[in-house]
Amino acid sequence: MTEAFIELDGVEKVFEVRRRSGRRLRRERCTVRAVDGISFAVPRGEMVGYIGPNGAGKSTTIKMLTGILTPSGGRLRVAGIDPSRERTRLARRIGVVFGQRTTLWWDLPLRDSYALVRRIYGIPEARYRANLERCVELLDLGALLGVPVRQLSLGQRMRGDIAAALLHDPEVLYLDEPTIGLDVVSKARVRRFLREVNSEQGTTVVLTTHDLTDIEQLCRRVMVIDHGRLVYDGGLDGLHAVGESERTLVVDLERELPPIAGVPGARTVRVDGPRQWLAFPAAASAAPIVSAVADRYPLVDLSLREPAIEDVIARMLESGEGRRSAVP
Amino acid sequence: MRLYGAVAASSFRRYATYRVATAAGVFTNTVFGFILAYTFIALWSIRPHLGGYDQAQALTFVWTSQAMLAAAALLGGGFQQELQERIRTGDIAIDLYRPADLQLWWLASDLGRAAFQLLGRGLVPLAVGALCFDLALPSSPLVWLAFLASVLLGLLVGFAVRYLVALTSFWLLDGAGVDMVSGLLCLFFSGSLLPLTVFPGAFGDVARMLPWSAMLQVPVDVLLGVNSGAGLAGSFAFQGCWALVLLAAGRLLQGLATRKVVVQGG
Amino acid sequence: MVESPVVQGLRAYVLIVGMWIRSTMAYRTSFALTVLGNFLVTGLDFVAIMIMFWHTDVLGGFAVAEVALLYGTASASLGLADLTMGSASRLGRRVRDGTLDTLLVRPVPVIAQVAADRFALRRLGRVSQALLVLVWALSSLEVAWTPVKALLLPVTVLSGAAIFGALMVAGAGFQFLAQDAAEVQNSFTYGGNTMLQYPPTIFAKDLVRGVTFIVPLAFVNWLPALRILDRQDPLGLPGWLDFAGPVVAVGCCFLAGLAWRAGLRSYRSTGS
Repeated sequence: MTEAFIELDGVEKVFEVRRRSGRRLRRERCTVRAVDGISFAVPRGEMVGYIGPNGAGKSTTIKMLTGILTPSGGRLRVAGIDPSRERTRLARRIGVVFGQRTTLWWDLPLRDSYALVRRIYGIPEARYRANLERCVELLDLGALLGVPVRQLSLGQRMRGDIAAALLHDPEVLYLDEPTIGLDVVSKARVRRFLREVNSEQGTTVVLTTHDLTDIEQLCRRVMVIDHGRLVYDGGLDGLHAVGESERTLVVDLERELPPIAGVPGARTVRVDGPRQWLAFPAAASAAPIVSAVADRYPLVDLSLREPAIEDVIARMLESGEGRRSAVP
Repeated sequence: MRLYGAVAASSFRRYATYRVATAAGVFTNTVFGFILAYTFIALWSIRPHLGGYDQAQALTFVWTSQAMLAAAALLGGGFQQELQERIRTGDIAIDLYRPADLQLWWLASDLGRAAFQLLGRGLVPLAVGALCFDLALPSSPLVWLAFLASVLLGLLVGFAVRYLVALTSFWLLDGAGVDMVSGLLCLFFSGSLLPLTVFPGAFGDVARMLPWSAMLQVPVDVLLGVNSGAGLAGSFAFQGCWALVLLAAGRLLQGLATRKVVVQGG
Repeated sequence: MVESPVVQGLRAYVLIVGMWIRSTMAYRTSFALTVLGNFLVTGLDFVAIMIMFWHTDVLGGFAVAEVALLYGTASASLGLADLTMGSASRLGRRVRDGTLDTLLVRPVPVIAQVAADRFALRRLGRVSQALLVLVWALSSLEVAWTPVKALLLPVTVLSGAAIFGALMVAGAGFQFLAQDAAEVQNSFTYGGNTMLQYPPTIFAKDLVRGVTFIVPLAFVNWLPALRILDRQDPLGLPGWLDFAGPVVAVGCCFLAGLAWRAGLRSYRSTGS
């Protein structure tokens, strides 16, 4: 039995917000249960995906795990530490990457940002060198170390940010949307690096993402949060099965035609002028469907849409009994 | 015309949503009003008719200028940074292709802002000043109307100057220097530190001829009724001339800038 | 290796300040221009005072050199506080755009990071301008210098800076609750500075009482400067209070620390 490294027991976060009612000046106070009794445990060395629609409570959870926010109720431990009480002590043991907020120094070479991290965290010289070398190699940062951060591309900056979060050997790494806005090559490189860090260093990784491929390629375990509650906790296969994930073939025809019919394994879900959408199971191959359509219809263009994580979750929530839909 | 009205209205509403900032600003203007009022009392008790004002008029000058400070953007604020940012990022190209005139668009937006700040940031400090000190506020509604007209002309001049400054960003990579000089001149020569009528000798004569005096000094003088009849017409003419000249200069510079963007970025 | 949070904070502060100075030096021309601009802008209010003295020899019973002493001490204190702590007034913006969170996951006190954030060396403009006026004031005043008075002057500037700095930190604590309220603290810092540049004799007694007993700005320079100038203070306070600046400064810093903590705690429970 592996010991739980991250432990949540009935954790709650209640916000009081003032909302303006109508156009009048009066404001009503109301409470929002951003996180509404969440319990889970993550053993040391696991890599988990933490996903959910916008506003579901993902970042609130991450903020409680890192000690930024104090929970309103429940018990929470990371490495045996209560994050909100001992935030600075915990900070030495965790690494955090906020997807869209760089912690690098805009006008200075990348190297300088790392030197600051070393001194802020008091990393021993030898340790620092070894870690930096490893990050530089795996994230391909060698040519970028002397470049001012403002001149880096988004993908390069994200790689730089991830390296900065790992120089002090954190036991757990939190990543908030680490691949958002990156090109395909950068995404692949970031994922490969995270796998490496997780398997070689045994770093526990918690990541939130909107990209289903991130989850598919990185995490064996996925947690889905909706309206502040944990609605799924298990393997990715289970998520697909529960949600019956589908891919979509978007077909542009020469002219407006009645909905495409008679393609085995696919059904037409939407028609808009000459454009039609065909859904088919994510596991099935697209090739026979494409050829079946091409044989019988005058095609102009084709494109394939991978299942979006929102869709998977939405379908999952719809299929669950008595659960509210994730789509507002 | 309706388009620009809508732009102004939306700008007014945008500033109206910053409630806390407005309240904080009112607080600051009021605090400064008190401090400056006492320094003016000290000076005018020694020199009772300095600059042609009696003490009540000098105090009215203090509180009116605190009330106008935000609206006239004498300490910065307003549209200038926003426009400069759009020029720097190149987003300005989008604005140039819009079926609206760039200068009028920003003018409408700035007037909307100023209208809100005149009400939101102006009324309370002026009221507090009137409650705590003997002010020489006019009783005739006609004088107030003339004041508002003069404020409007002052806003036009202020806008025209800042528009020119912002447009220099088309040619200067780093506008910090120009911004700085412009802010300095505005702070000093608008009369927001000390009435221009108190500036000594030829220095004062020159200061009163410069466009910055149209932004604060002239409107306050109109409110104080320093000039009436022909003098009042002269004040309006002074402001109007500067507004025309500077707006026209802005138009000219805008033409050059557009040509530059079209040639380089087309 | 366990360091006290104070040592950690100071170390981090120095490190981050160093980073910002180097960042600034990436744009040298702009830096030089803004230092000069800062020098001139802060000098304008002294020009206004000089214009006042064009029309009179005394203001509130004080001669121009005496007012210059008040101006120099207050402005130098504010300049030093602004240089070292002024960035704390940007806290509201950091809360609004969510970047405060990146500071909360680092193992150093947040206040040190916030104070060092965007450290602007150009603020030396105000300090140098104030010191220039101060030097001029000292050279034209005829003060009966004693060792106590000579010591009182630098102590005054430093404890004044600490009082202004405390106001800035307390203001930052308030911005956790009201993110757009940066102007409120400006009333006390910049407004206070404007007030302290003039003799206390020109203000209403109640106002002077307010800045003595409620927001203790009078200890920034008024009371000690009156002692140096051998003048009575308008409230007739006991003489030893003229030397209370450092004690008041420590008290202010303590209270500011409490305000900051309360603000941070409220942020962490509400997340704003």
